[in-house]
Amino acid sequence: MKISNTQITPEKFYKNRRKFIKQLGLASSAFYFAPTLFSTANASNKLTEYKYITTYNNYYEFGTGKNHPVERSQNFITDPWSITIDGEVDKKITLSMDDIKKMFPVEERIYRLRCVEGWSMVIPWLGFPLNKLLKKANPTSKAKFVRFESILDPEQMIGQRYPILDWPYKEGLRIDEAMHPLTIMVTGLYGKELPNQNGSPIRLMVPWKYGFKSAKAIVRISFVEKMPISSWMKASPREYGFYSNVNPNVDHPRWSQATERVIGEGIMSPRIPTLMFNGYEEEVAHLYKDMDLRKYY
Amino acid sequence: MLRYSKIFVFLLCLWPLYSIIYQIFYNNLGAEPVDKIINHFGEWTLIFIFLTLSMSPLKKITNSLIWIKFRRMLGLFVFFYASIHMLSYVGLDYRFDFEPLINDVLKKKFIFIGFSAWLLLIPLAITSSDKMVKILKHNWKKIHRLIYVIGIFGVLHFIWLSKTIFFKPLIFLVILIILLLFRVNFKKLSSKV
Repeated sequence: MKISNTQITPEKFYKNRRKFIKQLGLASSAFYFAPTLFSTANASNKLTEYKYITTYNNYYEFGTGKNHPVERSQNFITDPWSITIDGEVDKKITLSMDDIKKMFPVEERIYRLRCVEGWSMVIPWLGFPLNKLLKKANPTSKAKFVRFESILDPEQMIGQRYPILDWPYKEGLRIDEAMHPLTIMVTGLYGKELPNQNGSPIRLMVPWKYGFKSAKAIVRISFVEKMPISSWMKASPREYGFYSNVNPNVDHPRWSQATERVIGEGIMSPRIPTLMFNGYEEEVAHLYKDMDLRKYY
Repeated sequence: MLRYSKIFVFLLCLWPLYSIIYQIFYNNLGAEPVDKIINHFGEWTLIFIFLTLSMSPLKKITNSLIWIKFRRMLGLFVFFYASIHMLSYVGLDYRFDFEPLINDVLKKKFIFIGFSAWLLLIPLAITSSDKMVKILKHNWKKIHRLIYVIGIFGVLHFIWLSKTIFFKPLIFLVILIILLLFRVNFKKLSSKV
């Protein structure tokens, strides 16, 4: 099911999106915006305004306030940049951002981003499937998980001078989750370069998991045999599990996850129900078949 | 003179209310307005608890009784802002839908302790008048020591709802500890040792 761009696009400049996408030689992949989300014409399916996506961020490397990333990341240097893929691979590889841009053409993916704190945005990302990148390295048969590591640079990242989390930021996915076509590496949003506060130059985006799973400013991806311990798991294992799939039926110890507030809506607009796997149930539920999602939260 | 300064302090204490009305009017509340309103009044409630708790240390430090004259007003503002804080949570966020609310109070420890703190404020607000002071005599002082418990509950509420203690909850905790330490009679303690 398709929805016209004007219906979901509040941004003026964004009227040129189709043109822009054609210039890139790509087809709009609005298809990936889970069909269930389109079934009702609902305010919650509207794209979130650019100003909110780029000023309301959780990026503790730059501070714990939502406004800190935009205020403190503008001078962050993202060029030169490279990603190393290592661990259980035949041969470790390092790719520069230029290599990555040449190798993997970007496409647009409109995803809902659901934060564990109980709010959500709808964001038009530019990116490419992570599996394309992972296939460049040949993982060995031992590889069961993929571990992501963000940059460590306390000089530039004030938050890393304090023991807020176990720096550098670490995240992880099971290999089948990492290879899933919905899992992308992001290099832009709203047809523009990815702003620093959103994880420039390259970040992960796993739309059916809570936002913190999608690590920003990634420098290293490792294939590993054992389940990696993420920074948030280490900070509070009872609160942040390895899977962290969006699930309205399993509450966070401190917050209910049954509903969410839509970013950019006025004070009178109500919470909306949170969907299983953030609305991507059809695409991903099979990954967790026969798993007790209460236990593996 | 005291009357005028009381009116002045009263108007000053309404600042959190003006500032939020201004922001609502100019649509300046940002990405998550409901959250902002709730947090705004929550933080101001804690600040007013600290202000209330500062009056008797200030009396000791400055050797002036004037501070105590403002304590009741500040205390009532604690109740006022705590009530708006709770009402905005119940009304704006949950639309008076009591089923998930009751679930929250029972299951989420930060809501439980925050709600308990608000309940404990009620007897303090009711017994705040001069008449009540006379009726209750020395019991009045005992009842109003509840403010220490309320302060501790309030700060715990803030720490437990935050994803990390860095940095605002930590700052609030340090201020609370300092204010409570003023209450400890070290001379008495050391003479016992």
